[in-house]
Order: sequence, then C-alpha cells, then structure tokens
Amino acid sequence: MDFIINFLVAAVAAGTPLLFGTLGEIMNERVGHLNLGVEGMMSIGACAGFLAGYHTDNFIIALAASFIAAALSALIYALLTVTLMANQNVTGLTLTIFGIGLSNFIGIWALERSETGTLKLPEMITAQMRNISIPGLSDIPVIGPLLFSYSPFVYIGIIIAIVLAFYLNKIKSGLNLQAIGHNPGAADAAGIKVTQYKYASILLGGGICGIGGAYCAMIINGGVWVSNNVGGLGWIAVALVIFANWKPVNAIGGSFVFGALRILKYYVPKSIFPLPNAFYDMMPFLITALILVITSMRKKRNLSLPANLGNNYFREER
Amino acid sequence: MSQSLERKNAIECRGITKSFGTVLANDHIDLTVRYGEVLALLGENGSGKTTLMNMLSGIYHPDEGSILIGGKETVIHSPVDAMSLGIGMIYQHFKLVDVFTAMDNIVLGTKEKRLSQKALKDKITGICQSFGLEIDPEKRVYEMSVSEKQTVEILKVLYRGAQILILDEPTAVLTPQETERLFAILRKMKEQGCAIIIITHKLNEVLEISDRVTILRKGKSIDTVQTAQADEKMLTELMVGQAVSLEIERPLIEEKQPILKVVDLTVTRPDGSVAIDDISFEIRRGEILGVAGVAGSGQKELCEAIAGLMKINKGAILYEKENIIGKTPAEIIKMGISMSFVPEDRLGMGLVASMGMVENMLLKTYRNSRGPFVDRRPAREMAENLVDKLGIVTPGVNTPVRLMSGGNVQKVLLGREIESKPNLLITAYPVRGLDIHSSYTIYDLLNEQKKQNVAVIFIGEDLDVLLELSDVIMVLSHGRITGFLDARKATKEQVGLYMTGAVKQEVGA
Repeated sequence: MDFIINFLVAAVAAGTPLLFGTLGEIMNERVGHLNLGVEGMMSIGACAGFLAGYHTDNFIIALAASFIAAALSALIYALLTVTLMANQNVTGLTLTIFGIGLSNFIGIWALERSETGTLKLPEMITAQMRNISIPGLSDIPVIGPLLFSYSPFVYIGIIIAIVLAFYLNKIKSGLNLQAIGHNPGAADAAGIKVTQYKYASILLGGGICGIGGAYCAMIINGGVWVSNNVGGLGWIAVALVIFANWKPVNAIGGSFVFGALRILKYYVPKSIFPLPNAFYDMMPFLITALILVITSMRKKRNLSLPANLGNNYFREER
Repeated sequence: MSQSLERKNAIECRGITKSFGTVLANDHIDLTVRYGEVLALLGENGSGKTTLMNMLSGIYHPDEGSILIGGKETVIHSPVDAMSLGIGMIYQHFKLVDVFTAMDNIVLGTKEKRLSQKALKDKITGICQSFGLEIDPEKRVYEMSVSEKQTVEILKVLYRGAQILILDEPTAVLTPQETERLFAILRKMKEQGCAIIIITHKLNEVLEISDRVTILRKGKSIDTVQTAQADEKMLTELMVGQAVSLEIERPLIEEKQPILKVVDLTVTRPDGSVAIDDISFEIRRGEILGVAGVAGSGQKELCEAIAGLMKINKGAILYEKENIIGKTPAEIIKMGISMSFVPEDRLGMGLVASMGMVENMLLKTYRNSRGPFVDRRPAREMAENLVDKLGIVTPGVNTPVRLMSGGNVQKVLLGREIESKPNLLITAYPVRGLDIHSSYTIYDLLNEQKKQNVAVIFIGEDLDVLLELSDVIMVLSHGRITGFLDARKATKEQVGLYMTGAVKQEVGA
C-alpha cells in the first residue's frame, strides 16, 4: 500500500514540470502557433528562477523571474512568427537551442563566480518550496499524502490549468482566442484583434513554461544548479499537448500519467522485468504515438484541435 | 426609419485608388449607394470589385480618395471600424469557425456582455423572424449546407446591427431555389432600410435584384445605370468594353458512339460515408454531358473514380468496353482519359502553384522522354504553343502560375489536358470564378473538343451555362442520379428541383 502511495506521489512530482510545459504549449497552440521552443523557454525560466531565488532568497520573486524571463523569450518567438511571419518550426527549434545554451552559459558563469564552486539555494527559499504540511489534513492516511503533501508548484500548476480551462470555455474572450486557432481569417473578419491575442497568449504560455523550468532547476536536483536541468521535458510537453487533446484540464491527468511513466524505472523490480532504463525513457513517446494513431483512426471530428495550427496568418494574402 | 433614410447616401466613395506593387487595382473609383436600395457591382475578373469592397470593410486601406459613410468622411482602419460604422461584409469564402455552433459564430468578437444561452437563442430567433431567415442556432458549421452557412454569415452582420451589407458573389454556390430565398431576404432588408451592395457575374441576377448597377472595368468605374433601363447586352458591353455575343455555341454531332459506360458504381469516402451511390450512365463521343448538383453531391468523387484516384467499392467503369477499375492513373491517362478539376482555390489540384508553365507541362510529359535526364524542350514548346493558341496572359512561360490571374491559370490547366489529345475529357468547374470573357474562351475550347469527337464530362455550377452548353444533363443529389435531362428542352427550375433531391426521375428515361 505504502509502495503504491509512494509511487503515485512521486509520479505527481515528476509530472509537475510537464504540467507547466504542457499548459504553456496549449496556450501557444490554441492561437495556431506550434511552438517547438518549449524546452528553450523552460531552460530560460529555469536559469532566471534559480538565480533570482539564489540571490533574493524569496520564492515569489523566483517564480516571477522565471515567468518574466521565459515570457520574454516567447516574445522573440512571437515577434518572429506573428509579426515577421517566419516559419514556426524553424523558429521554435532555434529558440530551444538558444534557450538551453543561454541557460547553461549563464549557469556556468555564475558557478565560476561563486566562492564554493557550487550554487545551492539558501535556507529560506528551500523552506518555502518544501512540500506542504497542513496539520490534520496531511495526516489523514492515504488521502493526506495523495492530496496534501506536495510542493506549492503542484498546486500552482493545477490552479493555472483550471483557470485556463475556465477562461477558454466560459469567457467570451476565450472563445475569441479559440476562434483564432481554428480560423484566424474568420476571427479577423469578426473584429477580433488577432495579433494582440496571439502575442498575449504566446507570452502567457511562455511564462507558464518558465515556471516549469524553475521547478526543474530548483526542486529536481535538491536546490543545486546543474546544467541541462530541463533535460528534454519540454519535448515531452509538446507531445503531451496532443495527449491532452489541447485541453488544460486534461493536461493535469496527462502530466501525472507521463510523470508516472518517467519514474516507472525506479519502481519496477529489475529482477522481474530486466529491461534497460532506455525502454522506460521511451515510453512517453511510444504512448504519444499510440494516442496519435488512435485519434486519427477516430471518425468523429476533433473539436479541440486548432485547425490552423502551424500556419501564420497574413491578412492581405491573396 | 426607412422614410428618413431613404434619400441619404449610405456610402459614397470618391476617387478611391489602390495599388498592389505596380498593379493598379482601383483607379479613382466613384461609387454611391443609398439606404433602402440594392446596388449591383459588376465587372470582370481583376476589375477591382473585391479590392474596393475590402477597402470598405477595412481589410485594405486606400492609397488615395475618401470614403463617406452616412454623409460623413471616415477612415476605416480595420474590420472592427467597418462594423461599428454599420458595414457588414459577407465574403464569397465564408469566414466561419467550422467547429463552433451557429450561435458561437454569430456572437464571436462582439463586445457586449455574454448573454445566457437562452437569451442569445431568443435574440437570434428574433432576428431570423424579422428577416425571414431559418437556422438552428446550435448546429455546428461543419455539419451545415452551403446555404445554411451563408445564413449564418448574414445573421452575423445583422446581429451586429449592420445597416450596410456587402455580398461578394453570394449566389455562386447556391441552387436556383436557394438563390430565390436569398433574394427574398435581401428584398426584406431593403424594405427595412438597409443599403445593400451585391457583387456578381450573373447578369440575370443583377437585373432581378438590383435598383442600380455600377460597372467597373480594369480598376475604373465606367458607369452607373438604373437597372430598370438596362438589359444584359448593354451591361455586358459596358463591362467588357466591346460588343460580345452572349450565345453559347452548341454544335450538334450526328454520329455518336458510346465511349464510357458506368455501371452500378458505388464509391465511399475515406471517412466511410457514401459518395457515389449505385449510379449508371453512359457518354458518347462528340457529346458534352453536363453534371449538375449541389456542391458535395459526389461530383469530385465521380471524377476521381474515373481517373483512377479513388477506390471503387462496387460496379464497373467500361471505357471502350474495357473495365478500367484497378488500373493506375498513369495507365488510364495513357488510354486517353484526361481530367481537369478546378477546385475552389483553383490551384489545389492539377497545377503546382510555385512552378512555371513549362514545369507544369513537364509533370504530365516527362515520363515520355528517354534516359535519366529531363528534356525541357518539348514542354517549353508546348507551353509557348498554349500561350499563343489560348491567348494566355503571362510575363513568361517560366513565371510561377500562382502569379497568374485565375482565368489564365484555368486556361493552362485545361489546355494541358487537351494537349494530351484525350478521347474523354473530364472537366470540373472550369469557369469557376471566371468572368464572361474568359468563360467564353473555355466554352469554345470545350466545343472545339466536341467537334473533334471527344466526349466531355462537364461538371458545373452555373445552371444557365450547363443548359446552354451541354447536350445531356445528369443531376446528382447525395451521390445518386436524380434526373437525366435533354439539355435542349430542360428548364433551370426542373434541374434545380432534381438537385435538391426532392424529385426523382426514373432513370433510363
């Protein structure tokens, strides 16, 4: 029993950075922009969040820094693809390469300047990020550890997902945003400010990815700076968007499932299943491929898939 | 309200000029439309109609000239501006979000507070009743027919309180009955004091619905006439700039040998729905078989089935008594069956937009050359030959076809098919979006083929043309043949009824 609870709790923790990345990418794709720069935006958020936390010792400032830095990197993407109509895939890939490189570069530069040769987050911020413990609630068997025992990141992610879902489905401006992803020409003709919406959504999405990056830098390695700390999670997030069918609420479950897949290798006894670790690392992508096969076999029309995904919108195109 | 607005000018354009690069699309155009009237805007392709309307709806900005709305000089920056000035545009290609419901599409982008579903539905039903429209507000757009989609577009602008409506070729895709219904709606709007501008190629519709006609030619406004004092001949001359004959030639070929027989053909689409449902017909040499039907009745699938592009479930296609089912498209082309399909976006099928004429010719002929190297010479000769013969206007045979105008692109497409000297020519929508002048060139091309004993399957949209050009008309509705008519005797209304599938004729008559 404890084994299962431990596994589930670990799955949630492993899925949290994916949740942020997926939500951020959903906001990009919902306005028709396939942003392959998730990994890069997360890396930049990781670096900014970590260094802000390291210097200010304040969790909120660290979060804000990761959000803003990643949103700024998304601004590069938006500028290139929305305004200058550059190819989205090329721009996204470039952003990934740039983001990882910049993050590592700044990390190494900070490492060399530090006296101890390592960067470790100070006491207070570590305490602020620690798994919560609510007297009474957290002590309930099973439910306590499953629901009330996580780092604040987990709850922030879930709240963002619910807010986004509410916005997209219940608020008028969310409807406008969806219309842009489906048919920007129709949205434009209906008087929606397509460019403004795109910028806002891409920047917001980038910022959310950045928080996921902060989680990678500040939690996964126990508060010690390591290069390449996002380690490919951004790519899994891109796949997860499809798994979640572009729905923020589905992203919650999807991230935790994928989180479980990522840690499966530590929980499956090697003596019974002598499979190499690489097999488990492959699982998220295999599942995504299967999901793609299943969804494309379905005859019913997918109402969530933004029909104009990947195409830039140029009003005067003839 | 209509009384006070009656004499007021809704829109007045003075000296509007707009150029795209070196092309002058609008050259000092003047245009006036009053509240409570229907103005038809007539002109050939490339005469600048759509450009002018796009400036009124805020998509483009004029380089010169002024626009007065309701007597006040105005600058229209964007579609939002246009809407707040009461201008509603109904585009030829609908601007609707397919996966949204009619309701969501109607309220999309509006500023007021989100109404409850019920209040919204009531409001839409209210508008529908006052103008005689019919729609299910909860139906999703992708499940709608063309005419329903158009209704949603009209509702969209009415919901925003538009007083000035611009319709860009609204009847191009409608059946005669649907067109009548649309005109009834437009008349009702006119009574309620709306100003309506309708862009169209079809002269009979201009005469039927409009109060005045403004004619554009090569980007200039040529004249504005009262419809009551105009006739088709006069309008055509104003539009083209010279006298043209409106008669479509229909040579009669006496000797008719059957060439293609379709027997009990059934074809399903990849999504499982039935596209062609157990149809049988035959076509003879020297005959033009016109195929009429509402868009999506199986015309495309029929073409593709004969050309070998689609899997056939049941039945047989006999070409010169040989079953061609199972043959590859290349084999079928070699046998002398040729297809030119002009899709809605014109370039989608048949031509490669970014390639020049020469390369597009090569696509069909390169297999004939020997050795591993591409020989461009025959293709270039063929392209140059076509330019001469069909009067294709292009800067050069290597200019990408996407830079050519619609009419010229269609001539290239059809010309290439004819060059391969087919025995059976299938052509779908060859005059789609073309003006009178270019259309007649295409009709002449087809008649030329007919005289050379080629069998032609002509899939068309314009019933008037189908009736004048074809020898026999076959009507498709939901993949079935609902009627077989002698084109020399049939009327438009008859064909229209068969198209809806409401009436079914005993096939074989």
